[in-house]
Amino acid sequence: MNWKKTLIPAAALPIVALLGYGLTVNPNIIESTLPGRPAFEFSATTLDGGTVSLSDLKGKVVVLNFYASWCVACIDEHRVFLDAERYYAGRDYKMLGVIYQDPPANARRWMQRMGGNWPSLIDKNSRIAIDYGVYGVPETYFIGKDGLVAHKQIGPVTARLMVSMVDSLLAAPMPDDMTSADVSAEPTPGQG
Amino acid sequence: MPSLNRTRHFAFLLLLLVLAAPSRPGFALQEPQPQAGTEPAQEDLEDPVLEAQVREIASKLRCPTCRALSVQDSQAGMANEMRELIREQLRAGKTPEEVTAYFVDRYGEWILLKPTAEGFNWTVWLLPVLMLGGGLFFVFMTARRWVEQGQARAAALANDGEESEL
Repeated sequence: MNWKKTLIPAAALPIVALLGYGLTVNPNIIESTLPGRPAFEFSATTLDGGTVSLSDLKGKVVVLNFYASWCVACIDEHRVFLDAERYYAGRDYKMLGVIYQDPPANARRWMQRMGGNWPSLIDKNSRIAIDYGVYGVPETYFIGKDGLVAHKQIGPVTARLMVSMVDSLLAAPMPDDMTSADVSAEPTPGQG
Repeated sequence: MPSLNRTRHFAFLLLLLVLAAPSRPGFALQEPQPQAGTEPAQEDLEDPVLEAQVREIASKLRCPTCRALSVQDSQAGMANEMRELIREQLRAGKTPEEVTAYFVDRYGEWILLKPTAEGFNWTVWLLPVLMLGGGLFFVFMTARRWVEQGQARAAALANDGEESEL
């Protein structure tokens, strides 16, 4: 039967192709909708009792890292953030930690043990995490001086990624609409 | 051999203990501990319409931390907080479609347990129907062929019988 010789393979081919495509995709990597879009505004209390608003950091490269004290992978990348803190000191660079599904007391102990002087934000009701489409930790967002999300990293940030992302974002020209007054805006005292 | 018997008994008991031990899930390092969730306020519990809407929306959304469960079915901290956010947005006057769109805007279409029937997603909806249709067609054609072959064989046998009688 000729129809069998042609129809069955013809019907099976797209299914096999679809399954084959499925095998090439990592189901754990869920593409974010945020890169290229303006970062969602937030204002949150830090572990030190200060307040940080993203709008205050416009004109700076912001690295927004979601972490938790129970997250083992967060230990690996923390070293990278410590190095970056020293390396980019005095530049238009700001690191922010966001505590994900973890009591502040645990996060405070973890930061004291691991080191780092950047602010850790208390994410009340996980609103920042939901706004940024976070589904696990560690997740890190690189936000440019223009306030646009440049990249979302799922899993630990490597030194290579950190340097390449932050260097390229620092090298980007300052947005036209920004005045020197906007750039000099600093977060409120006590943010750590 | 009393000592050998004792060893056998011990080994048997050990085996029983191992088999009876509750199976532990894999050690998930990145799974958050369920936290004291944001439970609905008393006035919300007294509003069955609002709660029904929350349940309906939450049952369509995927829990970001557990993934295989809906936000409605999950007891993870994130799911609790997402339910509370749904409740809050409905209370603020947003429609269920707007609330769903809010989550899709942030998580992408991945957050929907059922993909929308548009674009490439049609494959997911149509492929099972096409496969079922193709399968039924194959069964129908095969059955028809068998019937035809059977009829042809019966006719041939009948012809052979007639010829031999002659």
